[in-house]
Amino acid sequence: MRYLAPASVDEAVSALAAEPGKTGILAGGTDLLVQMKTGLIEPDLIVDIKKINDLNAIRRENGGFRIGAGVSGAQMGEHAELARAWPGVVESVNLIGSTQIQGRATAAGNLCNASPAADSVPALIAASAVASVAGPGGTREIAVEDFIAAPGQSVLEKGEIVVSLFLPSRPEHASDAYERFIPRTEMDIAVVGVGISVDTSAEGEVKNARVGIGAVAPTPLLVNEAADAIVGTKLDEEALERCASAAMAACSPINDKRGTIDFRIKVAGALAKRVAKRAYCRARG
Amino acid sequence: MSNIHVSATVNGDAVEFLCEPDESLLDSLRDRLALTGSKEGCGTGDCGACSVVLDGRLVCSCLVLGAEADGRTIETIEGVADGDDLHPLQQKFLDHAALQCGICTPGFLVAAKALLERNPDPDETEIRYWLAGNLCRCTGYDKIVRAVMDAAEEMRQ
Repeated sequence: MRYLAPASVDEAVSALAAEPGKTGILAGGTDLLVQMKTGLIEPDLIVDIKKINDLNAIRRENGGFRIGAGVSGAQMGEHAELARAWPGVVESVNLIGSTQIQGRATAAGNLCNASPAADSVPALIAASAVASVAGPGGTREIAVEDFIAAPGQSVLEKGEIVVSLFLPSRPEHASDAYERFIPRTEMDIAVVGVGISVDTSAEGEVKNARVGIGAVAPTPLLVNEAADAIVGTKLDEEALERCASAAMAACSPINDKRGTIDFRIKVAGALAKRVAKRAYCRARG
Repeated sequence: MSNIHVSATVNGDAVEFLCEPDESLLDSLRDRLALTGSKEGCGTGDCGACSVVLDGRLVCSCLVLGAEADGRTIETIEGVADGDDLHPLQQKFLDHAALQCGICTPGFLVAAKALLERNPDPDETEIRYWLAGNLCRCTGYDKIVRAVMDAAEEMRQ
């Protein structure tokens, strides 16, 4: 195995594209190095992207936030402006693993790992986050809800890397939230995760909403029907019930040791209501 | 596999070592630099026994490559005491009998020190959450939490 730590995105892309064998992209390493250790993957080349300066910062852009692919969860949590604008995204990232993991793990890496249960992905979907990708054929932008193709598999092609995630600007009276169900208080994988973003009018009516759900289907999902259920409402009980039903209808989970199909579907509905209320309360201040 | 030359700062000292490309920082510290205080519990970032501070961030050294350490600053358990003088956390771990077999202790001390540097007055909940990535199978955690609270109080004076 070879290890490279290039100083530019172009150099990283060239090295990955030119490598005939298996490659691994190293950002936080909290998935990659575990997969190597357990023999799940045996890369011939590892490209460490953290020596690329641009990738280690959170920058303001068009009123939104560009989060470099090397930015750790801890950095996101410490960024006061980001946490104010997108509290749901930040809480979803900060739920991943321990303090030690937060010091290394990245949101971009959580997305690229492509787990159905990735905590940050439903929140990123709700936030309309877009991944900026660089590759041998140039750059492209991929909406987070289109990024994961199957469990453990992203739509990235050979030589492509995620350079950053972009979160758009926030109007007034808008906010988001993420919650997951786990049987413990901390340090666990989501049985169900729900992220919801709402944008409300001065009078408190939901103008726009986005609902992302995780761990209840082969990939995290954008559930438009659940969002539509609360748009135009002030989140009355009936709207919340319709939102929950739509979220439940979108689920196609598996039975495993973490939860049964029935349980996961039920929890998805309960969380949809709870998270919608939290996002709404935050949006209303 | 050709070895990689790494220059880093460990506990304030400039160090150089050669490591294999897939070697963890934990193995580099232990096998190249003879700093065997950091322990391998799980090797997959679950137990925290290998905790070190890398450029000011608490991390599991088993989930960092040795090669990544080039040009960076690392603090390990070996740098916690000042010569023969124990750090207040170390003394309080002894006073409270906050260890039994001792394998997890270096990780707990490094992690607790990182906490108190950020937050000199953490409450019990904050301590328990911060240390959630450090597993101890002997003590039941209570004595560890009390030792950290006691050390924090002493350090604030």
